[in-house]
Amino acid sequence: MTTLLTLNEVHTHIGQYHILQGVNFEAKEGQVTVLLGRNGAGKTTTLKTIMGLTPATKGEIAFRSHSIKKNPTYKVAKLGIGYVPENQGIFADLTVEENMKVAMRKEDSETLERQQYVLDLFPDLKKFWKKAGGHLSGGQKQMLSMARAFINDSQLILIDEPSKGLAPIVVEKVMEAIVEMKKKTSIVLVEQNFMMASRIGDTYTLIDDGRTVHAGDMQDLIHDEELKRKYLGIG
Amino acid sequence: MNNKMSLRYVAFFLLLAIFIILPFANDSRTLLILLTQIFIFGILAMSYDILLGYTGIVSFGHAMFFGVGAYTTAVMLKQMDNTLLIFVLSIVIGMLLAGFISFLVGLLTLRLKSHFFAMLTLAFSGLFLVLAEKWRTVTYGNDGFTFRAPDIFRDRMTFYFFVLASLVIIFLALYRFVNSPTGRILIAVRENEQRTKSLGYNTLHYKVIASIVAGIVASFAGSLYAVSLRFVNTSVMAMDITLDALLMTIIGGVGTLVGPLLGAAVIEYAQHALSGLARDYPIFERWIIFFGILYILAVIFFPKGIIGTLRLLFWKWRGKLKQRKSQVALPQEKERFE
Repeated sequence: MTTLLTLNEVHTHIGQYHILQGVNFEAKEGQVTVLLGRNGAGKTTTLKTIMGLTPATKGEIAFRSHSIKKNPTYKVAKLGIGYVPENQGIFADLTVEENMKVAMRKEDSETLERQQYVLDLFPDLKKFWKKAGGHLSGGQKQMLSMARAFINDSQLILIDEPSKGLAPIVVEKVMEAIVEMKKKTSIVLVEQNFMMASRIGDTYTLIDDGRTVHAGDMQDLIHDEELKRKYLGIG
Repeated sequence: MNNKMSLRYVAFFLLLAIFIILPFANDSRTLLILLTQIFIFGILAMSYDILLGYTGIVSFGHAMFFGVGAYTTAVMLKQMDNTLLIFVLSIVIGMLLAGFISFLVGLLTLRLKSHFFAMLTLAFSGLFLVLAEKWRTVTYGNDGFTFRAPDIFRDRMTFYFFVLASLVIIFLALYRFVNSPTGRILIAVRENEQRTKSLGYNTLHYKVIASIVAGIVASFAGSLYAVSLRFVNTSVMAMDITLDALLMTIIGGVGTLVGPLLGAAVIEYAQHALSGLARDYPIFERWIIFFGILYILAVIFFPKGIIGTLRLLFWKWRGKLKQRKSQVALPQEKERFE
């Protein structure tokens, strides 16, 4: 299986704080790689560092074997990495349609086909097509955010805590959508909800205090009570 | 065409008809001059709205572009000839100059965070003001100079219609611009620049585009302003002009285009009325203080501006109406189940 993304001993500073102190992981094509860890472990910063929003100060980040460490955010996105941030990042004053149009880098038949695909995946978006993004519910915003990341031919999508603050029934919908999206793209998922992560993920990377402490197959983690208790506080 | 759009068209053509008929119905020269000033500052305020309302950029140097337009037109009409051709040429040259300057200034400053950007634009504006003061051979310094407007504009009414037509064209062009794909990206930049970057957009590129469009339109307003006064001095580059544009935009409603036009009307009329009152009531000699109070009250009680507040009230009213309709519908549903 081809490796899409590699992080090798990545360090990130935000102001005076040394947040990432050696993150390593690989995301393979066609898989869902889940980043797990306690609150404040550095999972969100890892995604932001990949996107160039909080640039890495040391280490190497490679996408399809090409270094992207020094690339500005927009160039990282243009390479084919979609990003669904923690707070969804919806443009509140734009309608659902306009949000989607802003996200489209080109409006060719393939993109329009993908748009139809995501609208079938999230029928609520079709229903509220002309409604301002700010007037959507939390779940609908999450769906819109994911749809926007998927609308371009993204080879890899980084999704940050999609279940955060959502009702269980909406979480279930979001999860089903990620499973469906997995058929068409590769995903790096940050998720606190272990139940959800374990059902979707193929591989995992455990981050603790800004460092990678463990990685492997999700099935192994599911049965490793000691590891779950130690780093996730569950089990 | 939906109801909302047709209502907008009706309002647009109705207002246009009123402004076309008004000079024939009322021969007051003061009214004609006041309306011309409102239209010119309306154009300036709309250009500022592209920066503040649509892109989220606070610039303290917008007067620089207004001044570039005013001086280019005034100098060319004085030094060359006061023909219509020279006037049109001066507008084009002023706009090109302003576009070039805003491109350079934008490229140098728009990478910075908003407050640093604002300070730097103030510095650039100051630089141009000093240049206008010191380059006396061309600008006549602080004293300024008078010049002759093209003969066709000797009749104030002709100039009024020229400015009105310009306002309509600029409004329609800017309306199209803000509703274009580029306009949508500008709104995205305003709402969340990092998010826009992570969608694959070089946001600096779009902010520079906004800065150039705003600069060009401001320069056009400056050209019209100079001809309306037949005089120019360094006051066209003063901070007051930028503050006026900023407040017209805020009072009218940011990010609406129509709001700044309304803001220009309110502020220009208030300036005219308050300074007029000073003739009878000495307290109004300090009209600028009342103006300050008006600004403070507007910002405290109408942070969304006139248009923003009206929209909010309309949405609330519509929400209540929908709620009432659903309440009326509920008993019928109940009966059906009973």
